[in-house]
Amino acid sequence: MERSRREILKLFGITALALNTPPVLNAFAAEQETGHGVEGEPYVKKGDDALKAKQWALVIDTKKFASADDVTPLVEACHRIHNVPVMPIKNHEIKWIWSAPYHNAFPMSPMKFMDEKLEHAPVIVLCNHCENPPCVRACPTNATFKRPGDGIVLMDFHRCIGCRFCMAACPFGARSFNYRNPRPFITETNKKFPTRSKGVVEKCNFCAERLAVGQLPACVEASDGKLAFGDLYDPESEVRELIRSNYTIRRKQSLGTEPAVYYIV
Amino acid sequence: MGNKKLVYLGITIFLVIVALPFWYNHGKAVPPPEVELTARAKEAKECVRSKDYMARDHMKVLDLWRHSVVRNAERIYVNPQGKEFAMSLSNTCLDCHSNKAEFCDRCHNYASVRPYCWDCHIDNPKESN
Repeated sequence: MERSRREILKLFGITALALNTPPVLNAFAAEQETGHGVEGEPYVKKGDDALKAKQWALVIDTKKFASADDVTPLVEACHRIHNVPVMPIKNHEIKWIWSAPYHNAFPMSPMKFMDEKLEHAPVIVLCNHCENPPCVRACPTNATFKRPGDGIVLMDFHRCIGCRFCMAACPFGARSFNYRNPRPFITETNKKFPTRSKGVVEKCNFCAERLAVGQLPACVEASDGKLAFGDLYDPESEVRELIRSNYTIRRKQSLGTEPAVYYIV
Repeated sequence: MGNKKLVYLGITIFLVIVALPFWYNHGKAVPPPEVELTARAKEAKECVRSKDYMARDHMKVLDLWRHSVVRNAERIYVNPQGKEFAMSLSNTCLDCHSNKAEFCDRCHNYASVRPYCWDCHIDNPKESN
């Protein structure tokens, strides 16, 4: 059968038109919908008592920490519930929250002849949950990401390939790498929380699992009021009140990562 | 084509070797594994979804769970019947199915899949049975 180009184009046009008419479209759509259960579709939701914020922030009152002994209970509370191992070799150390001397925590702003009390006070350091996190940009697999709902910089350990770009990118040294299987080095396992496996990076998660059930982070709970936790973008929140009424500094602010951990000095 | 015989011989040997595993295992199919339910799981009767669905698609359920918990902070799963579950492998699934060896492993070994869930997630969190 011989057909002119004109006839074929006409046929194409009519077919396209026919496929786009609502009755035909609906028929196709209906076909795809069948096969699903008659009962409702399953769905996921947040827990009713989950705490909500635009950007979680922490205010640490360094004046209330006199010696390393004041910091230990916080570190222990965190490391116990998150199954953080105690590694025998210093190079393999895993830490979520720890204390550092002032000149290490704030290397860009040590003063000459500064107040001795402040100079020797332990500074609690942890992941800053930056508003502009460099680790997130460095991660090639999106394993670490800034959660849009609450601003927590979180790790998805399932996706971490252990490249450690994030560790190189983080200016605060807040990330640790599991050079070995951490399980044998966990002193007391919290069975409700997973451990990590060899070859993944880990860090503080701002207790995302506790916030989801309406609890404050473990370090805040253990701090006895020395730490305050709340929404940075709620002008009425406790953290905003503290930032307003006290002189606060942040770590390496000049780098522009916008840390969400504030220090009253 | 002076070496026709050799070529045919070669092809025959090749086919015999390729077919050997099929002949070797002929009629010796391993029976599908029987999974054992714990008393608690039996009592509950229905899992998060129907038994068929779970047997076939539990990995899809778990994939959805890990994604919504970690990425979207949504931790409650509401099944088609409207029942709510905390989305947690250790604290929900393995709390009921506390017999990993007789439940998870039997099928996984049979199907020769090696999921690495338990490298991190703790099985039998409450140490029942």
